[in-house]
Amino acid sequence: MHALKGVDFDLNGGECVALLGENGAGKSTLIKVLGGAHQPDGGSLEIDGQPMVFEKPTDSLDAGIAIIYQEFNLVPGLSVAENVFLGMEPNDFGWVRMSEQKRRVEDTCKRIGANLSPSALCEDLTVAERQLVEIAKALVRDARVLVMDEPSAALTKKEVEQLYLLVDDLKSKGIGIVYVSHRLEEVERLADRAVVMRDGERVGELGREELDRRRIIELMVGRSMDQEFPAHRRQPGEVRLRAHGLSRGDKVRKVSLEVRAGEIVALTGLVGAGRTETARLLFGADERESGEIELDGNSLSLRTPRDAIEAGVCLLTEDRKDQGLVLGLSVRENFGLPNLESFSRRGWIDERREGQSFSGYVDKIMIKVSGPNQSAGQLSGGNQQKVVLAKWLERNAEILIFDEPTRGIDVGAKYEIYQWMNQLADQGKGILMISSELPEVLGMSDRILVMKEGELVGEVSNGNEVTQESLMAMAIGANSGN
Amino acid sequence: MLGVLVGLCVFFSFITFEEQQPVGKSGAERLVETIEAEFSDLGSVILVGRNGDEGRAFTESLNQRLGKDGWEVRAMVNGGPPDLAKALREAFEGNSTVSLMACEQAFSQLPLLETMRKANPAIAEMRVLYPKPYGWPNFLKTSNLLNVANQIAVIAIIAIGMTLVIVTAGIDLSVGSLIAFSAVLATWMIREWMGGPEATALGMFVGCLLAILVCGGLGLFSGSMVAFFGVPPFVASLGMMMVASGLAYMLSGGLSIYQLPESFDWLGRGDDLAGIPNAVVLMILLYFLAHLLMSRTIAGRYVYAVGGNSEAARLSGVPVKRILLWVYAGSGALAGLGGIVMASQFRSGDPKYGLMYELYVIAAVVVGGTSLSGGRGKVFGTLIGAFIIAVIQNGMNLTGVQSYTQKVVLGLVLLAAVLLDMLKKRGWKLSS
Repeated sequence: MHALKGVDFDLNGGECVALLGENGAGKSTLIKVLGGAHQPDGGSLEIDGQPMVFEKPTDSLDAGIAIIYQEFNLVPGLSVAENVFLGMEPNDFGWVRMSEQKRRVEDTCKRIGANLSPSALCEDLTVAERQLVEIAKALVRDARVLVMDEPSAALTKKEVEQLYLLVDDLKSKGIGIVYVSHRLEEVERLADRAVVMRDGERVGELGREELDRRRIIELMVGRSMDQEFPAHRRQPGEVRLRAHGLSRGDKVRKVSLEVRAGEIVALTGLVGAGRTETARLLFGADERESGEIELDGNSLSLRTPRDAIEAGVCLLTEDRKDQGLVLGLSVRENFGLPNLESFSRRGWIDERREGQSFSGYVDKIMIKVSGPNQSAGQLSGGNQQKVVLAKWLERNAEILIFDEPTRGIDVGAKYEIYQWMNQLADQGKGILMISSELPEVLGMSDRILVMKEGELVGEVSNGNEVTQESLMAMAIGANSGN
Repeated sequence: MLGVLVGLCVFFSFITFEEQQPVGKSGAERLVETIEAEFSDLGSVILVGRNGDEGRAFTESLNQRLGKDGWEVRAMVNGGPPDLAKALREAFEGNSTVSLMACEQAFSQLPLLETMRKANPAIAEMRVLYPKPYGWPNFLKTSNLLNVANQIAVIAIIAIGMTLVIVTAGIDLSVGSLIAFSAVLATWMIREWMGGPEATALGMFVGCLLAILVCGGLGLFSGSMVAFFGVPPFVASLGMMMVASGLAYMLSGGLSIYQLPESFDWLGRGDDLAGIPNAVVLMILLYFLAHLLMSRTIAGRYVYAVGGNSEAARLSGVPVKRILLWVYAGSGALAGLGGIVMASQFRSGDPKYGLMYELYVIAAVVVGGTSLSGGRGKVFGTLIGAFIIAVIQNGMNLTGVQSYTQKVVLGLVLLAAVLLDMLKKRGWKLSS
């Protein structure tokens, strides 16, 4: 297996090049080679015509390449200034020159328009602010190339806009930017060029004027795709899940909702609006302070997720690595975890039956695994989500809550997951889909709920009159009282 | 890790290689071969062995084999030089002679024998044969290997529970104190309630079972601290370590409890199954059960899942708190059982038992390849880890290394073993 096969890549100063590709296409490996975290087996690397060899991450940093990974490299318990200068503190014989450090951090923050206090602790910052700290860190180290891996993934709409402005600004200062993203609209907005990778190879490059969604998708998946969302036609039936007056602290306040048989209900809103928290109450992951939950007319007490799973409610978490899967276990063992009763007799697991059942899903939902004993941590995001889906399909859950089902997942796998959601709805299951991607909300759901600051602020049937703009207006409360 | 264990065994076999004197039945068989090769005719023989089981087995088997061959067995001696002298005098009384003295090696070189041969030419004519010595490592003698296994039984049994705890990303520091508490509690109950030295087997069993259950209960208490209140396992078990040790001293008044029946040492010193110590049989049995539990049952799968990622496990319907409770209760109960085995080995209960044992137990688990960050580990790995420790200790005892030096060596070897394992996992690269 080669993660990268003869990939050529070039970047000019003051240019933003988007690096695109499905998960597992080799983008991360390329970034890690640039950052000196991986060493290439062959090929060469030049900066300003000078050949370079990076043996460790600090080598590439010294050469002016800064990488901002999705999981930031910050020490939570240290301040902004300490993080920015970590490893290169201005000092006299080991004593840090505090005032100089503070002044330089303030200057840098001003340069990137960041309103950050140098003494604030990084653990108290928002995701967007932490990103700014990372950028400040890169600038302090005189980086001339900035590689950003999915920088907008965890940002709110407004923060993303600020990020765009910052990228434009950095470009104008002559810094070259490699921008890795799954979001095609931001590629259209930011990139001067896009390099597309697939299966470890560079499959194409698109200039500014050629940046077209359909063309990009075609290159990424290697086949033309007529639609991003599969067609569906449904007639929702009886109410299956009913929640009334769910509350927990400030995060969720008196939320009432219904999900019908054969219906996909989208729950949208800004990050932090309380959507995930609501889902966790419906799943028993947190205990509700008040409110009722009914499934098919029967009241559920739901003190633990186990209660919910037994009742037939399941949650596909947004964060698959930390919450969806036990990465150290094999895919088969993860798949079996909620289903062990059916694969066992008197507490003894029948691994053969478990493996056979899992293999069935490997074929049915096309999970790319080397075998049932492959460790779950080795899979790409899309395949991890499919393993999670398989475990709940085996459980035969009646209500499926998808929290950002396609975040960090490549286009091809996205489409397959959408198809499965439609198919499940056709079988009469109730589906609640939490999503920040408004095209996804509009493309997939029958009904849309909007949350803002812990409250349900809007409910609309999906139809022609609903637009991304009208949903966003509800989510930020622009025309409240409608 | 198995490689390290095998390497250590080879090393200690090599440096403890020595000339061995065959004893008992095997010595007799070896000697019969020599006699059959040296004597074409039959004759009369005196059989000489030391007092004790092995000496008797030696002369008995010789008597049987040579008698069957047609030898005339004049006398069988089991005892010291005076007994031999008496037997020889009787045998050579008058004109009677004996053609062969078949003896253990030590008797052939007695000055007394030399004197008698000089005094009496008839005795000088008598051939003296003993089993041919052979080269064999002291380390690899069956008795020594069984001794290694018996020495490590207590640590290995407790290490099963510790493996489970560490797989859940926890730690249990209380096991050393629980050994002492369990030993004291069981012997105290037998002394106070079961009639002390007159206690019946049932009484001893009930006393030991109660002590194990109480230790399991203390483990359950630590577990509930961890599961329900989120107390870090290190702190929860550190507290329990002090509590249990204190209780052991309170109950015993700081003194040994030895008012026990003779048969109390059945578990620690007995060997009912083919000469294998009962504690070792128990240990092997427990390892098989634990292996099956961890690899084949729902509970085992849940333990790995909780250690790998407790939140993901909870969201998949794993009863995380219940698993934690049982794992700590199990660790406590196994520590209790370890205490019973130790009390039985010494036939007494003492609050000073098990001091620092938690560290040896943790070392066995870690050397066995279980990750302290949880989610990974195998019980048989732990068994190998325990044996690595035991083999190092035993090997140093055999080669006469001082006990203080032993500690230093043991610590260094443990570090080396773990380092070797890590390097192997990384494909022999220094940094990953």
